[in-house]
Amino acid sequence: MLILHCPYCGVDADETDLHAGGQAHLKRKGPDSSDADFEDYLFMRENPKGVHFERWRHVYGCGKWFLAARCTNTLEVFGTYAAQTTAPPKDLLDTISEKRPGWSWGISK
Amino acid sequence: MSNSVSALQGKVATAKVMVRDAGLRGMITLRGDITNTKLKAACAGLTGVDWPAPGQANCVGDKGLAWMSPDEILLLVPYAEVPAALGLVAKALKGQHYLAENVSDARALIQIEGPFAAEVLAKLAPVDLHPANFKPGNFRRTRLGQVAAAFWMRDVDTIDVICFRSVADYTFDLLATSAAAGPVGYF
Ligand SMILES: [Zn+2]
Repeated sequence: MLILHCPYCGVDADETDLHAGGQAHLKRKGPDSSDADFEDYLFMRENPKGVHFERWRHVYGCGKWFLAARCTNTLEVFGTYAAQTTAPPKDLLDTISEKRPGWSWGISK
Repeated sequence: MSNSVSALQGKVATAKVMVRDAGLRGMITLRGDITNTKLKAACAGLTGVDWPAPGQANCVGDKGLAWMSPDEILLLVPYAEVPAALGLVAKALKGQHYLAENVSDARALIQIEGPFAAEVLAKLAPVDLHPANFKPGNFRRTRLGQVAAAFWMRDVDTIDVICFRSVADYTFDLLATSAAAGPVGYF
């Protein structure tokens, strides 16, 4: 069972209190983008065995969206953070680097 | 004017832990900047209780305040006082960006009372209700079985539960069944 700390209400919520929202940090491609970029934005997603960044909503709780970094292989949660950001916070990236040396993900490539 | 009745119409399940319909209660959803001092002052004037910290509910009698989210407060007042309370909120926050909505008739309020009240809930919600962790004044929005609910502890033996009116019967039966089955004994 996945337990994520909601950064908005401070509750440790289990999976059944949450709603999964897919990959985090997607950059929207608008009307001026190429068809290929727009297709990527709509359909192409990271599918790592290891470090992953995701959106979650505390749906039965405070109702807020937040972001989480976890390992898809071991279910280890590295941390959660507010959704009002375009990239993971530095201290969280440092934590991940300590635990998974040499890791990479879409946004950090 | 129609005659307002609570969804459960006074239903009671008697066991060592009693589950009962707490009747009609005035509930106002207040959304906006909850650090706003005018909003806080209006709430204090209406309820007479302290401002709740995150994860807390302060209740005395039929009045109280519950922390719902970083931008939402639940204002509890006697059922008949809702129109007046909404008027006072509107006056205090005139010209400011906020939402105040009467949700009294959209909800049901159920009270659980007895020696293992926390255990009745612990069987139904993904929440750590151990006495060391969930104490009087604590408030939590979560689910009970399959429906959304919120609850707060008045004292160690008394917990108030709110849910949507449409699932009041389900929630009541869930709590009554859990109460009738007795304590688990882990706490
Ligand atoms: Zn939350």
